[in-house]
Amino acid sequence: MNEQQRSVQNIPKIIIMLLILSLGGQIIWSYQLPPPNTKIQKLASPPQSGLLHIFSFGDTIVSAKLLMLWLQAFDIQTGQFLSYQQLDYNKLQQWLEQILLLDPNSQYPLLVASHLYSSVPNPEKQYLMLEFVYHQFFIDPSTRWPWLAHVTVVAKHKLKNLPLALKYAQAISANATPSMPRWAKEMQIFILEDMGELERARLIVGGMLASGQLTDPKEIKFLNEKLLALEKQIE
Amino acid sequence: MKQILTLARLVTLEALRTRFFAVIIILLILGFGLSLFIGQITLIETVNYQSSVIAAFLRLSAIYVVSLFVITSMVHEFNNHSIYLWLSLPLQRSHYLIGKFSGFALVALVTSILFGIALLNYVPYMQVALWSLSLFCELLIITAVSLLCVLTFHQIVQAFSMVLGFYILARSIIAIQLMAQSSLLNSQSWIDQFINSLIELLAMLLPNLENFTQSGWLVYHIGNFNNLVEILLQTTIYTILLISMSLFDLYRKNL
Repeated sequence: MNEQQRSVQNIPKIIIMLLILSLGGQIIWSYQLPPPNTKIQKLASPPQSGLLHIFSFGDTIVSAKLLMLWLQAFDIQTGQFLSYQQLDYNKLQQWLEQILLLDPNSQYPLLVASHLYSSVPNPEKQYLMLEFVYHQFFIDPSTRWPWLAHVTVVAKHKLKNLPLALKYAQAISANATPSMPRWAKEMQIFILEDMGELERARLIVGGMLASGQLTDPKEIKFLNEKLLALEKQIE
Repeated sequence: MKQILTLARLVTLEALRTRFFAVIIILLILGFGLSLFIGQITLIETVNYQSSVIAAFLRLSAIYVVSLFVITSMVHEFNNHSIYLWLSLPLQRSHYLIGKFSGFALVALVTSILFGIALLNYVPYMQVALWSLSLFCELLIITAVSLLCVLTFHQIVQAFSMVLGFYILARSIIAIQLMAQSSLLNSQSWIDQFINSLIELLAMLLPNLENFTQSGWLVYHIGNFNNLVEILLQTTIYTILLISMSLFDLYRKNL
């Protein structure tokens, strides 16, 4: 590595000329090329899960993470920001499903479905994302409930679809685990109240109190007060 | 034993003189840059994304550089005829090969330790230790395969292509096997049965590298002692097999 280099003067002038000319030629060539293709690529369907497993080379978690980052960046193409309106949500949902199949413990696909892609100003597309989170919730309720709780709020306040919000809230209560907070299990009571279904709300609160599963005195006190308020409203 | 140690020491010196570890440090810097980039673009699970992607990058890099180092070092030995010099000395061929392998194993050990240290920022040390040890086992198998291929082909392109093919197949053979066993493809034609048998045979002969150096240990901290026992056993069996094959080849060579 300590070899002494010869002086530049030893290089034949024709070589130096050739070097300068070829460099200039390359610059001129790049300059005259047409601008990069700005055609927006459409989201393709994901490959079969078997193929994705093979091309993961035994490390499906890394593939899931790389695919998720690629999908998240798909709306930025050739320097342009695409609106979610331009994305094919059926294919998007298929991709999210495949990513969750590769790494079932990851929460990222559910986060982007419930928080990012559900913000599209298109009720049909919003509904697709909400339903995706709803169906995925049943695979692992103990870790996926926060995303269903979020889409319940989206259905209630953004879509103004109270029956849909009720369906999601009921799924959370029906699959409740001890680690879930109280508010998540009780969401359905407030939705029923907003729907004017006071009798059903009263029955649910009464059922929760009668089940004997509640141990927190504050929770029991809160539900008793709620029961009284509902009975007053019914009268 | 002294001869083996001398050969191992010479391989380590060669790694230092050819600036092998400078490449390792450059890879570590690239990994650090990659982690910063991932940290910028992720919304949640940032540490999980950083640790898994960097680990995958470092693992593949380790396989690439160690395998290339073994192959180029041995090809150099053939080209400058130093292998003839070694074998003209009172040195058994088995000692020569084991000495060389020990040197390469030492280089692989240092590489896996350095790459493991890079992950300590993101993952508990026990899981990093398991990951590094598993990477070392994976590198031992790759070192033995590289030695076997270079002794067979004597050429960089052929030997490296074989190692690459072996690695890809060993990491994906389980997925291929599962696809072949799929009930949808349960055809009874002789060609399907032949392909299925071939896949079964490959799965039997290849080490199950899918269980090695798993990202799940780093992301979900699920690695345990049982994983380690399985990996150590598989590495011991397969490395001995590959070294025996290399010795068989070396003893038959008219050098």
